Amino acid sequence: MAEILELVWILAKIVVLLVPLLIAVAYMTYAERKVIGWIQLRRGPNRVGAYGLLQPFADALKLMLKEIVLPLNANRGLFVIAPMLSIMPALAAWAVLPVGQGLVIADVNAGLLYVLAMASLGVYGVIVAGWASNSKYALLGALRAGAQVVSYEIAMGFALVGVLMASGSLNISEIVEAQAGPIWNWFWLPLLPLFIVYWISGVAETNRLPFDVAEGESEIVAGFHVEYSGMAFAVFFLAEYANMILISGLAAIMFLGGWYSPFHGLPVLGPIFDLVPGMIWFCLKVAFFLFCYIWFRGTFPRYRYDQIMRLGWKVLIPVTVVWLVVESVFILTGFGPWF
Amino acid sequence: MVESYLPILVFIVLAVGLGVLLPVLGFILGPRRPDDEKLSPYECGFEAFEDSRMKFDVRYYLVAILFIIFDLEIAFLFPWAIVLDKVGLFGFGAMALFVGILLVGFLYEWKKGALEWE
Repeated sequence: MAEILELVWILAKIVVLLVPLLIAVAYMTYAERKVIGWIQLRRGPNRVGAYGLLQPFADALKLMLKEIVLPLNANRGLFVIAPMLSIMPALAAWAVLPVGQGLVIADVNAGLLYVLAMASLGVYGVIVAGWASNSKYALLGALRAGAQVVSYEIAMGFALVGVLMASGSLNISEIVEAQAGPIWNWFWLPLLPLFIVYWISGVAETNRLPFDVAEGESEIVAGFHVEYSGMAFAVFFLAEYANMILISGLAAIMFLGGWYSPFHGLPVLGPIFDLVPGMIWFCLKVAFFLFCYIWFRGTFPRYRYDQIMRLGWKVLIPVTVVWLVVESVFILTGFGPWF
Repeated sequence: MVESYLPILVFIVLAVGLGVLLPVLGFILGPRRPDDEKLSPYECGFEAFEDSRMKFDVRYYLVAILFIIFDLEIAFLFPWAIVLDKVGLFGFGAMALFVGILLVGFLYEWKKGALEWE
């Protein structure tokens, strides 16, 4: 009986996290079209509901009623499970991310390791989809995406090692608590190079502009999901946006102090700003990064593939290695205000 | 200790369930009118010629191999990074030696042109 109650409790917690997350994913697509519209002096979607606010649901309904095409040459089994493979890690990683003080589904000690494992699994969906489609564009897109994602994952992993050194824990709640204090206590400042490397890799990892050669609408039409339609395509779409929210959430937790307000611990401002719940601060930080995603898409031209690989291997990886050495010297000598 | 991982397992099962449910809904609600043209692989209006699983550049393979080495290195760095202030200079030296050897390899592949894409 107690076990069943516990299971129900766990399920309730997961649903409470998952439903807002899925709504956030839906409204991320809306926000993207709206912001890009404003950047290009258009209005964006404004027909379905007030200010177009029901647009995401209209899109979802439309996709649900469309045919899912199973190409003749495709490997049926792999073709069908590929979307599932790509959305599972993007959602499941949220199990260990704290959205507020103590507001975490599984407070495990190997939290960051689990997140990294889940982030690595995402690439399988892309590669399996590209391979199973048995179409040239899909295979090209999958190869490009695979090579790009694994390249940037190295830089991202190194950047996270820097965070571990500064916080001394793999437990994500403890990583946030290590940053307790006002805005200059958060890891973005002492680890500034790693923060920048992490964010660039995060954008590349999700195959977003300016690093979206994997999709490259104008050259290989849609890359790995060119053969997908209807709900199968929608799942890939959801996975991409869920991944963006995940990367933004991780950035907020690792470098921007998670649920802490920017004035935490200061004499007068601190208590005033602490009245706002930590969850709100966390959401604001995530929203900031999500806005950056859209902003980048609206302003930067696409990189060429060789430039992407050069940036990943020849710039970001050396920068992180050098900064890790600098940081460990700081820690061992006790030098610097932050370590 | 292991019990604290139960929510993660439940979450994974739920996420997989969602990933299965959505396409199943699509299969049930969507129409199903296959024809030869629709089911042929997309090829910009051409009849598909030659096999689509073509030869691809060896550099993709090379990147994958390099990735395994570096990712493994990161996995080694994780526990070391956490206890750095406890293992002290000896731990730092040991890891410096390890990473140093890896960097020699990295420089070698760099000079050999394994990272050149044109």
